[in-house]
Amino acid sequence: MSIKALDSRNAATIAADREARFEARIGAEEKIEPNDWMPERYRHTLIRQIGQHAHSEIVGMLPEGNWITRAPSLRRKAALLAKVQDEGGHGLYLYAAAETLGVSREALVDQFLAGTAKYASIFNYPTLTWADIGAIGWLVDGAAIMNQVPLCRCSYGPYARAMLRICKEESFHQRQGYEIMVVLARGTPGQRSMAQDALNRWWWPVLMMFGPPDQESQHSDASMAWKIKRFTNDELRQKFVDATVPQAHYLNLTIPDRSLKFNAATGHWEFGQIDWDEFKRVIAGFGPCNAERMRVRRAAHAEGAWVREAAVAFARKRRAAAAAVEATPARAQAALG
Amino acid sequence: MTETSWPLWEVFIRTRNGGSHRHVGSLHAVDATMALHHARDAYARRGEGVSIWVVPSAAITASDPGDRDLLFEPAASKIYRHPTFYEVPDDVGHM
Repeated sequence: MSIKALDSRNAATIAADREARFEARIGAEEKIEPNDWMPERYRHTLIRQIGQHAHSEIVGMLPEGNWITRAPSLRRKAALLAKVQDEGGHGLYLYAAAETLGVSREALVDQFLAGTAKYASIFNYPTLTWADIGAIGWLVDGAAIMNQVPLCRCSYGPYARAMLRICKEESFHQRQGYEIMVVLARGTPGQRSMAQDALNRWWWPVLMMFGPPDQESQHSDASMAWKIKRFTNDELRQKFVDATVPQAHYLNLTIPDRSLKFNAATGHWEFGQIDWDEFKRVIAGFGPCNAERMRVRRAAHAEGAWVREAAVAFARKRRAAAAAVEATPARAQAALG
Repeated sequence: MTETSWPLWEVFIRTRNGGSHRHVGSLHAVDATMALHHARDAYARRGEGVSIWVVPSAAITASDPGDRDLLFEPAASKIYRHPTFYEVPDDVGHM
């Protein structure tokens, strides 16, 4: 095509071509990389989703961090420390992935601390006993893995790569939780009832982790078409229930759902009605621990301000010292001692 | 936010079994020393490597994806650079 012909094409045609090329690449399972052209809606959807995912990892450190000093043995304490440290690391991978879309770390953190960005509603529930640490690893991490494994095939390259790392590291999270549950379930009557109580409190909020039912999910359709999501909320929820019910039976614990029954024809476990009003209340900020979680995060950020500033000042001082050494070697060397 | 934003660094790790350093991700740090420490904590919590490189992201020059054809198309047409272009009689065996 000649330069003249190119000039004569109007901007709208060029934009439509660009969008069509993008859709074709998505269709061909090609990864979209940071420097590639992408529709603004795709970019914004990813910034919102990856940002929320990162905030969730960071807030997710709080309910479990609460139990590090009270873990019942050194083995449990080391495992819990490693798990919480992983979650901080996972937050970092995800913030870094979001930053490749042109948003700054500071902007993401500011949105989160201002309360304008969401995080997973599950972390607004309290960890009342040690059994909750078992239940979180088994159920919350189990649900997270169910959600995250398909995200390893997400169309956006940096997000998919971050998810690969996260899924690899997270496999121990669920196992350490289930191990705690096994020990409690085989323990004294008091320990058994602690395990059952934790399951009773976490079961329904965990089912809500997969998000609203498909017919009400506002972001699902576009995300499926762009291959950011590979399965719908309801599909993932069903996969989770099917995988988890037998694990509860193995523990001889009872899932707190009277309607739960196995459908031999479909091969799926059918479950009862989820209380979506509760989900909406917690998302809106009125769960048992929303205020507490935000208070702790804001305080941590404010109290860490001097560290961030001091690190910048220290680096500046070292650069100045290094420059001085280069300018007048003998004198500067002596001054540095 | 005030003057606290830290520069971005790209992290490369060479794994235990040799081979080249591979890009594993990025992080923020005020200088190279801190970037190395953070890279160890963030990307090598399970002994993933024996060597870490940190490079200021701003120092990387990347090709424009729009230039893909310009850069790589000439190689695609040179099929005689691949071993399967050449025919070796079957009875010669594996070569």
